[in-house]
This record gives sequence, C-alpha cells and structure tokens, in this order.
Amino acid sequence: MGRKLLLEHINVPGINTFDVYRSKGGYASVEKALKTLSPDDVVEEVKKSGLRGRGGAGFPTGMKWSFLAKPEGVPRYLVCNGDESEPGTFKDRYLMTHIPHLLIEGMIVASYALGANTSYIYLRGEMMPQIRILERAIAEAKNAGFLGNNILGTGYDLELYVQPGGGAYICGEETALLESLEGKRGNPRIKPPFPAIAGLYGCPTVVNNVESIAAVVPIINHGGDEYAKIGIGRSTGTKLISAGGNLKRPGVYEIELGVTVEDFIYGDDYCQGIANGKRLKAVVAGGSSVPILPANLILKTINNEARLMTYESLSDGGFATGTMLGSGGFIAYDEDQCIVRNTWNFARFYHHESCGQCSPCREGTGWMEKVLHRLEFGHGKMSDMDLLVDVSKKIEGNTICPLGDAAAWPVASAIRHFRDEFEWHVTNPSVAITSNYGLAHYADPLPVLEKAEA
Amino acid sequence: MKVTIDNISIEVEAGTTILNAARMIGGDIVPPAMCYYSKLQGSGGKCRTCLVKVSQGSEKDPRPMPKLVASCRTTVMDGMVVQNITSPEVIEARKGVVEMLLINHPLDCPVCDQAGECHLQDLGYEHGAAKTRYEFDRRTFDKIDIGDKIQLHMTRCILCYRCVFTADQITDHRIHGILNRGDHSEISTYIQKAVDNDFSGNVIDVCPVGALTDKTFRFKNRVWFTKPVEAHRDCETEGCCGKVTLWYKGEDVIRVTGRKDEYGEVEEFICNTCRFDKKKTADWVIEGPRKVSNKSVISANHYETLKPLPVVKANPLLQEANKEQFERETRL
Repeated sequence: MGRKLLLEHINVPGINTFDVYRSKGGYASVEKALKTLSPDDVVEEVKKSGLRGRGGAGFPTGMKWSFLAKPEGVPRYLVCNGDESEPGTFKDRYLMTHIPHLLIEGMIVASYALGANTSYIYLRGEMMPQIRILERAIAEAKNAGFLGNNILGTGYDLELYVQPGGGAYICGEETALLESLEGKRGNPRIKPPFPAIAGLYGCPTVVNNVESIAAVVPIINHGGDEYAKIGIGRSTGTKLISAGGNLKRPGVYEIELGVTVEDFIYGDDYCQGIANGKRLKAVVAGGSSVPILPANLILKTINNEARLMTYESLSDGGFATGTMLGSGGFIAYDEDQCIVRNTWNFARFYHHESCGQCSPCREGTGWMEKVLHRLEFGHGKMSDMDLLVDVSKKIEGNTICPLGDAAAWPVASAIRHFRDEFEWHVTNPSVAITSNYGLAHYADPLPVLEKAEA
Repeated sequence: MKVTIDNISIEVEAGTTILNAARMIGGDIVPPAMCYYSKLQGSGGKCRTCLVKVSQGSEKDPRPMPKLVASCRTTVMDGMVVQNITSPEVIEARKGVVEMLLINHPLDCPVCDQAGECHLQDLGYEHGAAKTRYEFDRRTFDKIDIGDKIQLHMTRCILCYRCVFTADQITDHRIHGILNRGDHSEISTYIQKAVDNDFSGNVIDVCPVGALTDKTFRFKNRVWFTKPVEAHRDCETEGCCGKVTLWYKGEDVIRVTGRKDEYGEVEEFICNTCRFDKKKTADWVIEGPRKVSNKSVISANHYETLKPLPVVKANPLLQEANKEQFERETRL
C-alpha cells in the first residue's frame, strides 16, 4: 500500500473537527508558510513538487501560479473549483466531507502564495451538506485565528467564502465558474484573456481543483523535492482516484502515481477485482469525458508494456490506443455491460449539460445523443457509426470551451474500439434490446506488434 | 502590425481582430460572421463560422496555434500568418458549423421575411450540402408574443446573442434574454412582456436570421421585389441619427431599416419612431437609391455596377486573389 498524504488521518474519529485535525498536525503548513516562507518561496516549492492540476487537464500548478499577473492596486483572487460534476468522479466531495480542514489549510497557504486576501470555494449546488461542513470548518478556523485579519500575528489577512453554484456541469469550466461566481449566467468566456490576467471581476485569478489545493499542504509540510520523489517522471505525488462501476471494492483511493492499472483493479490494497466473479470488459480511466478503452488496452499499452496510473502512461498511444488520467474517475465495466448504452448515457449527459453558447456543441451533442438513442433501441443503421464519428470530429476543437471535446471523445473512442458491438446492435436489433454483446474479444491479449524494420 | 491573411499582407493597428483585418482587405477572404457585430461590445466568438487557422502566431513566436481560432475575437500579432479559404481544414470546419446551424433550423425560407437578406441562407448556399443528414424532428418552441412591433420566431434563432447585447448597450433596459441551457436555450422575456423601448426595434436589424422580424412588414412582400432608397429625417429622439433605408413597393414605404453595410451591420442605430411610425414619403428627405451589393438577391437583374472594389483595384495582389470571384460575377 502506497504512501498516504491527503487521506493519512481519514479514519481518525472526529477528524472533521478543528481540534482533532490540529492535534494530528493540521495547520502546520500554515504556520510554516506564513512564518518562515515568502509567497514566492511557496510558489517555488509547489513548482519543485511537480504537482499537476488534479481537475482533469493536468496543467502544472506551480506554473499556473507563476503566470498570475500582479499589477499594483488590483486585488487577486484564488478560487477553488469544487464543482466536481464529472460522471464517475467523487473524490473532491469525499475529501470535503471527511476532512474539510485539509482544504481550508490548503486554501490559506495557496492564497498566501498568490497574495489573495479574498478567496472563494465554489461548490456545486447539489453539495449542500458539504457547504455546511465547510462553513463550519471555516468558522472553527477563524475562531482559532487561522482566518480573518492578521493571521497568527503575521499581518496576513484572508477571508474565505463558500459559494454554491446552481448545479451545472459547465460551471466546472474555469471561466464559466467565474461568471457564475459573479452572479451571471454560467457561460464560458472566450479566451484570451485568461483568468490569470482578467478573471473574477476582471482581476487576476487562479482557479484550482479541490485536490490540487489540498495537495499543497503535504508539499509545504514535507518540501517540494520530497513530494516529487513520489511517482514516476512528470507524474509526481499521490492522486485520489474515485473507483466506481463493477468493482468488488469501489471507493476513493489515494494512490501513488505509478501503480499499474492491473494492480489497481485486482490488487488487494485497491479494488480487489471485478464484482461477482465477472470479467473486465472496458474501463473509463478518468471520468466520463476521457476515451473509453477495452480491457486489453487498459491493462497493456499497444507496445505490450504494463499500463501505469500516470498522466503519461494512460495517454500512451494518443487517441488511437490511449486515454487520459483526467480527474481520476475510474469506471470499470464488466462483461454484462453494454457499451452502446453507456455511450448513449454519456452523450445524454453532455447534451443536457451543454451551455448552448456555441453552435457545434449546442447542436452536435443533441444530434449524437439522438443517433445513439436510435442505435441502442434497435433502430440504428450501419451508416450511423460513421455519422457519429464525423459529427464528433466537427465538434472537437471547434468550440469555446473543452465541453465540446469532452462530449466528442467518449463517442469517438467507443466507436473506435467497440465498433463490432455497435454493428451488432444494428444487425440484431431485437436481441440487442433484451441481452447484450458480452465480453467478445475485448479482453484478448493484444497481438504482438511486429518490430519496426530498422 | 503586419498580418498576412491568405497570402495577402496588410498593416493594421495593434488590437485589431483577424476578422477586421480581413475586412480591411475585403473580397473572398473575409470570414463569415453570424454573431460578431462590430458595434456591439462583447459580441462574437459564439457561432464559430469565422474559424480560421493561424499557421504562424507572430514574428517572435512563429508556432502555429493548436486549434482553429474564432477570427472575430482573436487579435492580430505582428507577423501573424492566417489561413482562411486557403486552408481545407478551415473550410471543412466551417462546413461542419453550417451543418450544425441548419440541423434544427426550420428552413422555412419561402415564408420567412428575412429571406433574401439572411446570412444563414447565404452560408447555406455557400457551404451547405443539398441534403441533410439529420433525421430527427427539428426543435420547436412554445410561441411567445413580445409585443406589437417585433415578431419572434424562436425556431429560426441561432442564438448569436446579438439582440441581447443590443438591448444591453443600445436601449436603456433589457427585458429579454436567453433562458434555459443547451439546445433548449431560447430568447424570451421570462414572464411574457412586450419588448418596448425607443430603440428596441434595432434587434430586428442585428438579427442575422429571421428570428426577429418587423411585424409591420410581416408578409407584406419579398425583399427582392422592393426598392431600397436612402433617406433621412430630423429625428427628435435623443441618440437617433435619422438615417435610414426606406423599402418601397410601388408608391408605398413598406419598411424602414437602418443602413446596413456589406457585412449586414448598420452604420448607426435608429429609433422606433423612425422605424415603425414614419411610413410616408413626406416624412423623409430622399437621398437617392441604395447601392445593394451585386452578390445580394435584392439586386437580381441589376448588374450594371459590377466593378472591383476600390481596395482591390489598387492592389495587384488583391486583384489576383479575387480574380475568380470577379470573373464569376462579371460573367452574368
């Protein structure tokens, strides 16, 4: 079992209260940062740690922080993106529910590093219990002098606010989140300008995922170099994975990046295999918007190397044979699951959540959903697969925000890898309604690649 | 700053968008724009018809941009190289966008008052396939009444947000907006209210399609049978220039609109009094016939003024680039 940094004390009773959290060494990083480090030192530590954004895109957090414009006389903001709405991802909610002070602690350190005196935690509207938990935690921290004016006598002021959204997936996109936070319709902004230049209320703003901010705490406590020792290559540190689907032991796991996918699915420390003795058919490795992979390709890369849970290894092979780590929403499908139905379900989600601002996404997501619905319910045609691929291509890359890409990838990848299952739905419409395609050849060992001729 | 669009170079001021730089050059290389409106701040970026490829970011950083960019919202950099109609990728993407815009459009052009001056119609002709690949029911909406002057046809709307920006920036209060999300988004007043304001009629002029049309002109005539005439009057309304285009049918003025340029943008906004109430020749000082682009169906059978644009005439490079178009049009 790997090292735990975020969830080390998760099983301590009462860890959600300030006193217990403090007695377990909580808020040490605030003391260390505010009393001994300059804001630039904190940014430097985070840069050294190699921490990459945990929200999905994997952009280096330290780099993002150093891009923040620092004009005189203009306030800067840190906004924590707790809008977690990706189907399959539930790690942030878990973290905020059980160990809210970790997020508050990270917010204080990160705000200090960025020079923000007002910071916001933007939560999805459905997370009402978490809003109450966080607000109580903020009150406790304020009471203990870790928030408010003149924190720990260092002269640094910070106010922290929790803002619930309306429950829209699109408000997890950083500029749509800022619009929503300003009280407007949650439409993504057209970039540039990027939030680092003109974000919340036109001021320089950094938007970070809950887990990224929480990860700042161990980085400051142990030092960036120490943190960077965990993991492989450019994927450093630990990552929360929300494992769901047909697993024997689903849940939130903190893994060291670099665990093999096979170990993660079948290992005793992790998910312990597929539930009910079934076999693995497919995996969505990073939340619904990343490409889906069949069992053989998720366990091994196309070069027949074991696939690891890292940013690089999962995306090995590009779109042809790879996927992405994304936000860590790991969904496993057993042999009884229908990929067509699953793809339709995802398409339905993106259709419902498209903001309707730009035309390819507004019209294309609905179109894809309707075609997939037709396929799943036995009215499909052979030409539908090519149509879907073509529509997804016309959405991908042509939209304002990445929701268009996120809607296009699962559909395109499902057809790329599971085309015969789609075709089976067309050729056997009546059977497809009552039963499903089964495992077929999706778990067969990969063909050994012929060595490229020298 | 020097920017090169489809191999034609031009010097523009810093802060100019690619689209406006292309419009300075003129001709075939201007990307179409359905949602951008130069007189409305913050407009653009939504319809994605103006996508172009930036094959060289700038002189200093010659890397190409990874994705196609919306030319209406991307400012030029010194030494930027842009491909519009010379890039198959751009044409393909634009074709895709036009297809997306049309899949839920009712295509009721035969009864639509906008037909003949509709940008979506133009785009459809240029890029659209003759057949649709969309085999489902087209989206419909509950009809709402937004007053006795303006007719709203939500099914025709492409959600360009121009009318929202107009109401925000031209009128003193906005009572309509976009409701709902995704493909259920609609222009609405939430609780049915009349859009009534001294300048509310301008939403008709800015609408690129037939979603917002003039009720006083409704079903009166096809636009290509009318005779457009430039006219003006001294308007007492504050902020109204009184410069309009009158659309005649025989002796009668059947419609009054703002004066639009070749990109469908009005020169100046006009008030509702000029637009809806002054429909007698006696109200106006006639300046002369309106010059209608020879591309437009309105000027069908009027092709005596076929000459290259002045900017094209002066520049041999431009002449070369527009040669095909010019030949096509003078062939008539």
